Amino acid sequence: MKGLFVSPSPHRATNMSTAKIMLMVIIALLPSAAAGCIFFGPRAAAVLAVCVISCVVFEALSRIVMKREQTVSDLSAIVTGLLLGMNLPATIPFYIAVIGSFIAIVIVKQLFGGIGQNFANPAIAARIVLMLSFTPQMSNWVKPYWYSNAVDAETSATPLAAQWLNYTENGSSFKMAPFTLSEMFWGETGGCIGETCAAMLILGGLFLIITKVISAATPVAFIGSFALLTFIYTGSLTETAYDVLAGGLLIGAFFMATDYATTPITTKGKIIFGIGCGLITFIIRTFGSFPEGVSFSILLMNLLTPYIDRLTKTSPFGAKKPVKAEKN
Amino acid sequence: MNKLNGIHLNHNKGTKKCETTDFPLPKTLVIPMSQHMGAPCDCLVKKGDEVTVGQKIGDTGAFMSAPIHSPASGTVADVIDYLLPNGAVCKAAVIETDGNQTVCPDINPPEITDRQSFIAAVRESGLTGLGGAGFPTHIKLNYDAVKTPIDTLIINAAECEPYITSDYRELMERTTDVIEGILLVQKYLGIPLCKVCIENNKPDAIELMKSKTADIKSIEILTLPSAYPQGAEKVIVYSATGRIVAEGELPSNQGVMVMNVSTVAEIYRYTQTGMPLITRRITVDGDAVTKNAGNYFVPIGTKVSEILEYCGAEEAKKVLYGGPMMGLCLYDTDQPVLKNNNAILAFKEGSLPKTTACIRCGRCVRTCPFELMPVMIEKAYNAKDVEELKRLKVTLCMNCGCCSYACPAHRPLAEINQLAKALIPRK
Ligand code: SF4
Ligand code: SF4
Repeated sequence: MKGLFVSPSPHRATNMSTAKIMLMVIIALLPSAAAGCIFFGPRAAAVLAVCVISCVVFEALSRIVMKREQTVSDLSAIVTGLLLGMNLPATIPFYIAVIGSFIAIVIVKQLFGGIGQNFANPAIAARIVLMLSFTPQMSNWVKPYWYSNAVDAETSATPLAAQWLNYTENGSSFKMAPFTLSEMFWGETGGCIGETCAAMLILGGLFLIITKVISAATPVAFIGSFALLTFIYTGSLTETAYDVLAGGLLIGAFFMATDYATTPITTKGKIIFGIGCGLITFIIRTFGSFPEGVSFSILLMNLLTPYIDRLTKTSPFGAKKPVKAEKN
Repeated sequence: MNKLNGIHLNHNKGTKKCETTDFPLPKTLVIPMSQHMGAPCDCLVKKGDEVTVGQKIGDTGAFMSAPIHSPASGTVADVIDYLLPNGAVCKAAVIETDGNQTVCPDINPPEITDRQSFIAAVRESGLTGLGGAGFPTHIKLNYDAVKTPIDTLIINAAECEPYITSDYRELMERTTDVIEGILLVQKYLGIPLCKVCIENNKPDAIELMKSKTADIKSIEILTLPSAYPQGAEKVIVYSATGRIVAEGELPSNQGVMVMNVSTVAEIYRYTQTGMPLITRRITVDGDAVTKNAGNYFVPIGTKVSEILEYCGAEEAKKVLYGGPMMGLCLYDTDQPVLKNNNAILAFKEGSLPKTTACIRCGRCVRTCPFELMPVMIEKAYNAKDVEELKRLKVTLCMNCGCCSYACPAHRPLAEINQLAKALIPRK
């Protein structure tokens, strides 16, 4: 009998696939996205939908234009769209969201070769470009439940912005902004759609760690180093907790600093990456001229990732170090 | 001691309980003169010759070799050119069996008095490593006892590949042969300690061996966790002794010798009967096998097609020599069973999931028992960067397949590693 199927070993494969991994990330993001929709209303849901749909469309179009194999079914564009939307304020004009999707998918991801090839996190890079180009629209925060009649639709500062104003205008010391720790934990504060609800972000992050989609090393190193530095600097546990819960730290640490393509491969590398992010976030938040530093810190560390990878190569089992030529 | 990485597989050891039976003697046997690494044998018979069971039909004076014997009595129908799976061509004797199984008159238990005569006898038995690699056993035994003294004999009964149960059946059915074989090797080579390593998914084999060796001080039964690739040589040395066989070293550099459990039992049988290695216990299994899955003593040279027919696996799309992780695909079912085969697996499904782009998830790095970085090796291979491949130590790769298995993008990483190895000039 001939005509047998011949292939090199192994003849077994995991039932994991890129699409399944992306699906897990989507599942992990949904609770925080849903919380965002509850706090910031139908407008938030619309922003998320615009981002996801435009990301998928841009992904499909780029592959068609580049005459490459279609990759929409790997679901990575949905993850990018969701993350981008969650990093925008609910009031963002839709055209800006679409521009963000274009930057994320076409410029940052597909021009570099598509999934796995990009050096910067698409959602983060897009958020930063939007922040620099559309600063007023990107910092037009609203109070939670602004869409219902119970709350007047006035704008609100984010916890960090409030703290920062307090700090820069009233002088020296950190002062608590007008949110309680419990509000911060459940996310009933001003901010981007998906970044405020710490509880759901932690839940999603834990889900990904338990299912081994991401390694705990990055978030632990990121949040840990940031918290430690903040605690040393402020000397206050409450202040530290406030800062950890505020802004994009948790969504960044669990969902963006763990992006496979743009962060180091080995555990050692992930720890270095996480500590770098924590340090830069702390420096920007404390001494910089922006209230928020998570996006910048991740982008900067993204750029360093190839070097970290080179420095943290594993030392294989039984490998001998090359013997250096002896000098005479 | 750190635990080495690896993967957990479905054991699929459905043939565990299948006692070994004799496979019906086929009408024709095809016996290639090259069945393992090293020099091929010269064919000692020619067309028309009568042969008997156990008669030597192939041998050579080359160092890395083992003689080949006829598993049946009958006539040499032809001596043909045979295409080996690696692309080389060797001679093969085609034997028409007569069904009488007349035993060769020269078959007598060998006379063994010392180390040299012991090793000479093992050579005459035609024995090669039965675990898969097929290294001639007498060469392994003939190590330099002064330069690299050996203090521990490791008996590999891990059998970590899914489906295969032939080593397990050896332990259960021929326990005494195993133990006597160990004692012989220890006696003639002067190895003080033996550790028999069995994965914990075979508790009855562990129990049996423990009770039978209870008052033999020099034999220790070790229970190892079942994790693939527990039975790989360097892995089992590390699991059993904590010693690391480093780059460029052989186990003997670390004072250990690893032997497959069926090999050591075969040594004992040969010293008792003088009957060389002419049959193999083969596990026949896989989802394309519709009947008679089990363990068989199959004459070497039996065409795999006969086995598939006997087991109702004619519809198979993929047929393997060996296990699903490291086994070799047959391209033609007329290929024969060789000395180092321990399983024939037949599967309905041939193809694996489609390969997609690497997402840099790092799973390949995390599962590699040797902590290699297949993701980076693939990049360096594509760039034909030999220096980088050397830095990444690709030559250490044992082709265990954990990386390819774990890759969610289903990249053929293990295969790429083997291609990458070939780029590195040998010293
Ligand atoms: S397991 Fe596959 S997808 Fe993941 S890093 Fe390795 S090669 Fe890339
Ligand atoms: S095949 Fe090679 S690189 Fe892959 S896991 Fe096994 S030893 Fe590591």
